[in-house]
Amino acid sequence: MSGYIPNTAEDKQKMLDFIGIKECKDLFADIPAHLTYPKLDLPQGQSEMEVKKQMTAIAAKNKVFSSIFRGAGAYNHYIPAFVPSIVAKETFLTAYTPYQAEISQGVLQSIFEYQTMICELTGLDVANASIYDGASAAAEAAACCVERKRHKVLVAANCHPQTITTMQTYCHGADRELVVVPSKDGFVDMAALKAQLTDDTACFYFAQPNYFGFLENGEALADAVHAAGAKLIMGCNPLALMLIKSPAEIGADIAVGEGQPLGMPLSFGGPYLGFMAATSALMRKLPGRIVGETVDNKGQRAFVLTLQAREQHIRREKASSNICSNQALCAFTSAVYMATMGTSGMTEAAEQCHAKAKYLATELGKIKGFDLKFGGEFFNEFVMTCPVNAEKLAAALAEKDILAGLPLGENEILWCATEMNSKNQIDTLVNAIKEVCC
Amino acid sequence: MTVLYAKSHEWIKKNDDGTALIGISDFAQHALGSLVFVNLPEVDDEIVAGEPFADVESVKAVSDVYSPVSGVVLEVNEELLDAPEKINDDALGAWFIKVGELADEVELFDEAAYAAICAEEE
Amino acid sequence: MELIFEKSKAGRSCNLLPPCDVEKAPLAAEIARQKAPRLPQMAEIDLTRHYSALERRSHGVNNGFYPLGSCTMKYNSKINEAMAALPNFTDIHPLQPENTVQGSLEVLYLAEKYLCEVTGMDEMSLQPAAGAHGELTGLLLIKAYHQANGQDNRRKMIIPDSAHGTNPASASMAGFSVVNIDSAADGRVDLDALRAVCDENLAGLMLTNPNTIGIFEKDIEQICQIVHQAGGLVYYDGANLNGIVGLSRPGDMGFDVIHLNLHKTFSTPHGGGGPGSGPVGCKKILAPFLPSPRVIKNGETFTFADAPQTIGRMKAFYGNFLVVVKALTYLLTIGGQGLTDAAEMAVLNTNYLMKKLDDIYDMAHHEISKHEFVISCERIKKEVGVTALDIAKALLDYGIHPPTIYFPLIVHEALMFEPTETESIETLDHCAAVMREIYELAYSNPEALHAAPQKACIGRPDEVEAARNPRLRYNFE
Repeated sequence: MSGYIPNTAEDKQKMLDFIGIKECKDLFADIPAHLTYPKLDLPQGQSEMEVKKQMTAIAAKNKVFSSIFRGAGAYNHYIPAFVPSIVAKETFLTAYTPYQAEISQGVLQSIFEYQTMICELTGLDVANASIYDGASAAAEAAACCVERKRHKVLVAANCHPQTITTMQTYCHGADRELVVVPSKDGFVDMAALKAQLTDDTACFYFAQPNYFGFLENGEALADAVHAAGAKLIMGCNPLALMLIKSPAEIGADIAVGEGQPLGMPLSFGGPYLGFMAATSALMRKLPGRIVGETVDNKGQRAFVLTLQAREQHIRREKASSNICSNQALCAFTSAVYMATMGTSGMTEAAEQCHAKAKYLATELGKIKGFDLKFGGEFFNEFVMTCPVNAEKLAAALAEKDILAGLPLGENEILWCATEMNSKNQIDTLVNAIKEVCC
Repeated sequence: MTVLYAKSHEWIKKNDDGTALIGISDFAQHALGSLVFVNLPEVDDEIVAGEPFADVESVKAVSDVYSPVSGVVLEVNEELLDAPEKINDDALGAWFIKVGELADEVELFDEAAYAAICAEEE
Repeated sequence: MELIFEKSKAGRSCNLLPPCDVEKAPLAAEIARQKAPRLPQMAEIDLTRHYSALERRSHGVNNGFYPLGSCTMKYNSKINEAMAALPNFTDIHPLQPENTVQGSLEVLYLAEKYLCEVTGMDEMSLQPAAGAHGELTGLLLIKAYHQANGQDNRRKMIIPDSAHGTNPASASMAGFSVVNIDSAADGRVDLDALRAVCDENLAGLMLTNPNTIGIFEKDIEQICQIVHQAGGLVYYDGANLNGIVGLSRPGDMGFDVIHLNLHKTFSTPHGGGGPGSGPVGCKKILAPFLPSPRVIKNGETFTFADAPQTIGRMKAFYGNFLVVVKALTYLLTIGGQGLTDAAEMAVLNTNYLMKKLDDIYDMAHHEISKHEFVISCERIKKEVGVTALDIAKALLDYGIHPPTIYFPLIVHEALMFEPTETESIETLDHCAAVMREIYELAYSNPEALHAAPQKACIGRPDEVEAARNPRLRYNFE
């Protein structure tokens, strides 16, 4: 018997005797016999040492790049040693959802602190305890804007393509119309947006920065959307929010985003963190768990899961979302990251991202055929033309242990720089490209 | 103004001008416990006798509120949105909606008949 | 306890980043943020004490017995965590070229293959991030199947009244109308009630087996047959798989589509509410609709591909990858026979604890249970006014996490225990002794139970106040 089962053969016999059955098989006598004890074509159990060897060998088939200039929804940032060490504390790791408030105050308070930090970051009034990731958070946000008379959802074409497809899946599920609003010169096409803002429109989702890395004129979008009586959902890079106008400053009703830049490793795409905040008017429409502050029977500060009547376990088929398990430990990770970095550290990281991306764009721009695709300001990503086949360039750089920007077409690359890319790394990249292209 | 009750625990008070107020009974508020929120319809919404038009939330439950009559919502009691405890404090005073253009209605009971229904449920 | 914002002091920080080695480029005022967020300013020592204090005010599986029904709080081995922390997994960008992520693809491929074998399904997708996310995915497969067959009229989803609340919520999100059916007296599906609602508009039936009171649907083959004959498909909610994993396969019973909870059955930790992983498995007829992307094996190489009639994406990238690494590590450790042994022990533990209590507590049924059992405190409430909530709160003072309370809805004053296979006989004996002591207290001193807990760091919180006057963030002013 594996190490997962503490009971010995003797214990087992004692328990069988106590229940009054002969063998374990009798516990399954109510299952039709031909459905029990299937022959499973699975490997034999192994010792920890053997499993470690096998898993490490599988992991070794992955390649870790020492120099990363790729973002596109997943960003390589510095993670303070403090963060993973706190998140690995086994009580946080092995607790369930904090339904029993009296012995879950620590977990509940950590979520309350997270909610507060997300509110501060977005400038909005309320935040939930998390959604699966940025893309599903966008889909859930659209659902909470839908009203009886307003059910059409608009999404900007220049968002992350996987966010758009995720929203499409959710909307198709709910038999809800989703319209993709085209862009013009890389930015949301205002005329096209206004044409789609009909009186049955629930909301418009846009990304800030957009998929191509550039900053939209958020206020203009907010004005247009609100003039039509619809709601504005802003998808945002949380680190960029240290520098650019917050969702509240722009006038967004809901802010969502991918929280991975806040202390989560790249991890081949997950687990990440979908964060969501809204104005207080939408408080009771938010999906998922929310922690609130109250007092206990002695008047002491206490935290509880609250506004639960919104949720699936109470509202059942009338709930607007089915989410229960979320990304709690990832939300905690982001809160520990934000606390460790502090306002000054977060600002410094964001400024360095911006500065390095600017430097990268300038240096690349000195090479013939590398030109910024769109005008305007960007944060830490930008699309540039590429005079040679983009995939081939990326492959050549991979040989030099560099993960290039993401090829978007045959002659376009989405580049990204963060505080992790030293000037030296950037110069090395630029020289390597010159070798390939010139 | 007489108060009549539906079997599903709502009360209705019909005014002389052809309008009516609707709320939930004291028995209902007691059974639901401390209410924390109420979802109300919008003015001009059409409501149908026997169909839900609102719901009330306690901490651990949500319950539909059924309309005793068909009609059109003229007014909603927005005070209840900020102070749902008013329903617990004075169920007969805490009207949810004022309705006009009254049409069909479900079977309604007077105070005594309704008390008998409640006694049976307990 | 103070919040982190109350401990913050201007001027404190941690030294983390080197100076910027290129020129900084401030943003123009019209796009720059006006008001800085008020994040904590702390030294590392203050931070570490803050989080240690929060840890002391929490309870995980590693702190003590956690028999939370339907949640399968089994032990989560350290080796799983160690493997998920390998830099060759954590430092991989999701959009790297395929030839540089063969290890990650192999993890997904192997996990899918093994989970198919365990459940008797033909294909599996690891994209869903949690059980409810898996439910939505599985239901979208059913919807796509009927639509592809020109039967978009099939929008009726049957759900027993004993089901988890996620089932009807997921069905609504997938555009189905929910038809609830009452359970039979023994808590099982009432075949006549089922037949009565099967018609040409039937999309499917959602079921957990063992059901939420812990008993096996022995007529499961007939149930599936009734639904199939009416043109519907049968959905398996994997929340309760721990009672039969390695012992009986949903695919063999006749289920067409299934979601699993890797964070329940396959030993990945719950993390205070997530991240989980909710893989969706299906029979061949539904495979063309699986979410994007899929992992396929070409000779010795793994590659991404899309199913031909895919429902699309459920989220970005490929699911909660590191959670899958943990589950695969578990599967490789425990092996096929180990899974069967584990399920046997989970059920033996359940029946042992149930038998230790059934002379004083009223059980929801008197059969052999599977992974969990349900007590009804209705009689105790009537006799002495002590509720399921009181008993749950009393358990806190003994260091035992309470069972699930007030669920399933078909049992009044329910306490739902799921001990899992990773607990020892000593732990069960202790829990039984505590439950007996609490029972005696209920009759000798009910006031003590109303006042519980006494030893926790707070007393019972005012949940009405929390919901009436929501305070959902710290107020700096």
